[in-house]
Amino acid sequence: MKLIDIIRDANSNLLRSKARTILTIIAIFIGALTLTVTNGIGSGVSKYIDQQLGNLGAEDVIVVQPQADDSFGSGPQKYEEAETGTSSNSGFGLLIPMMNDQDIQEITAVSGVVSAEPMLTPAPDYIVGPNNEKYQMLAQPFISGTNLELASGVLPDNESGENQLTLPFDHTPVIGFSSPEEAVGKTVAIGITTAAGEQKEVEATVVGVQEKSLVDLGGANTNDALTRNLAAVQSEGKPASAPEGYLAVIARVDVDTSSDEMERIKSDLRDRGYEAQTFQDTIGIFKQVVGAIIAVLNFFAVIALVAASFGIVNTLLMAVQERTKEIGLMKAMGLGRGKIFLLFSIEAILLGFWGSLLGSLAGIGIGLAANQYASSTFLKDLPGFSLTSFSPISVAVIMLIIMLIAFIAGTLPARRASRKHPIEALRYE
Amino acid sequence: MPAQVVTTENVTKIYGKKEAAFTALDGVNIEIRAGETVAIVGKSGSGKSTLMHLLALLDRPTSGSIQIGSKDASKLSAKQLDMIRNKTFGFVFQQFFLNGNDTALNNVTLPLKIAGMSKKARNQRGMEMLEAVELEDKAESKANDLSGGQKQRVVIARALANNPKLIFADEPTGNLDTKTGKIIENLLFNLNKKKGITLVIVTHDTDLAARCHRQIFIEDGRIVRGGKR
Ligand SMILES: Nc1ncnc2c1ncn2[C@@H]1O[C@H](COP(=O)(O)OP(=O)(O)O)[C@@H](O)[C@H]1O
Ligand SMILES: [Mg+2]
Repeated sequence: MKLIDIIRDANSNLLRSKARTILTIIAIFIGALTLTVTNGIGSGVSKYIDQQLGNLGAEDVIVVQPQADDSFGSGPQKYEEAETGTSSNSGFGLLIPMMNDQDIQEITAVSGVVSAEPMLTPAPDYIVGPNNEKYQMLAQPFISGTNLELASGVLPDNESGENQLTLPFDHTPVIGFSSPEEAVGKTVAIGITTAAGEQKEVEATVVGVQEKSLVDLGGANTNDALTRNLAAVQSEGKPASAPEGYLAVIARVDVDTSSDEMERIKSDLRDRGYEAQTFQDTIGIFKQVVGAIIAVLNFFAVIALVAASFGIVNTLLMAVQERTKEIGLMKAMGLGRGKIFLLFSIEAILLGFWGSLLGSLAGIGIGLAANQYASSTFLKDLPGFSLTSFSPISVAVIMLIIMLIAFIAGTLPARRASRKHPIEALRYE
Repeated sequence: MPAQVVTTENVTKIYGKKEAAFTALDGVNIEIRAGETVAIVGKSGSGKSTLMHLLALLDRPTSGSIQIGSKDASKLSAKQLDMIRNKTFGFVFQQFFLNGNDTALNNVTLPLKIAGMSKKARNQRGMEMLEAVELEDKAESKANDLSGGQKQRVVIARALANNPKLIFADEPTGNLDTKTGKIIENLLFNLNKKKGITLVIVTHDTDLAARCHRQIFIEDGRIVRGGKR
């Protein structure tokens, strides 16, 4: 018997008991739909993350912080006299360990680390723009090599002696700029409180406006000159005895550092009692969370498919029983066991094929509709983020997996059919 | 082709095991020669169908041997047996075993489809066979919509489709009224006369048996007369 005839027969056999076939296909359909949608979301999200962060550029940067305290929550720690830096009372009753020059030396000593500098984190009070109103602001130092997405202008230049910053997208209209383009090149004033308790203003030039994005939630980016100036103002009037401290140290490694070497450097830093994280690590954590959610959803989809495969077994066992005579006749006429097995296997695969094809198409339809909805509602502020994304390959992989599951489910009935003895089948009343 | 198409030597068939064992055939020695018409005659339950199934290589004997042409059937592989049944045997069963939802033509071409013939070629051949049984106008009718006589003619057309050397017919007129039964009988004997197809007809109808060249009488699984010429 030719393969094309076997496929044709399998197909028309399925059409013989339409209700049964449709019910079986619906079960597969649900599994396929769920798998398609969850994977669509998974790849949509990770595509966006990659787009946002994947080519961050600053691959030579390690953010080094003191290791988090293991004994956290077990009462206050013993006060140690300026040994590994001081602690800053964060105001929440938590002691955040600080770092000092000694730490910088220690970090620079790790082989592979090219340089280490304090991550200055001045905390400005407000910003004043063209409308002369004070608004609260967050700021972070700009790290060279980071790819910020800009709505207008350019990135802050850390080599420049001029005070520069980029503003978050939503700051520009509030402080009085009519458009992101208009803000570029204009001067703003940043208010900051000195250690002596006096409020002062520092002027800076807006060089760009940041696009809204998932990872950059709202802070302005200051260039080196501005960061240093703000930090200097902030420590004005500090008693000379007060220890110098910072929350983190930026360590730079060679740009060509391999990922193995990077791991080695990070573990060396950990051995010395530091927390070491690259930007890729931060992305990794985010991806892991998304991945875990997708995995849970996929788990449910697979359960649906396992249930569906019992449906396939049941449907085909019934079909084998009903067609006992037919099977016997075909065997009597010389159709071999293998072909009978194939006939029922293909029926199973066809059930998987139709269920997964319809499920995938419906999943893609729902995904694309969700994209439309999301981008006009809760993802409105994140341009370029489409909630779901589908590639022909991943859809094909899902379909193949489901067809494989269907085939495996079909082997039991197919074996039973292929083993029927023609005589018993022909005597069957 | 040697004179003997099928020969049995001391063939025994026992159904079931131990206490439930039932000897359906006991020391059967018969031969079927090329071109002859042979009736296997006996009461219901005497073992006629069992014998026919063995001759048609649909089953294996418990002991004894079956020669097909010059070959020992027990030495042939499942594939070779399938091949012999597909290429040289035609079957007519008491029950029609037609696929009721399918057309008469598709029922007729089933052995050709199994043989791997292309759709076009087998449809052409199938139409010729339906013409031979004067049912060409029913080619596209569903088998379910045909009368008993028409169904049995479709079955004969199907048995003829692969141009067999030997047709096994198990009570071919058992389900038909006398008049229709006669038509089917004539059709079968004509095939023997015109094409030289060997016929093995299982029946308890003595009139039908009398039309055959030779009658093999079977009683309680034993051949009582006519096993060999
Ligand atoms: N598969 C089987 N298992 C047990 N007994 C069987 C089986 N097939 C046939 N028989 C028995 O063998 C005997 C011969 O059966 P069969 O060849 O069909 O007789 P006939 O065709 O002459 O009516 C009967 O008694 C029948 O009950
Ligand atoms: Mg019988």
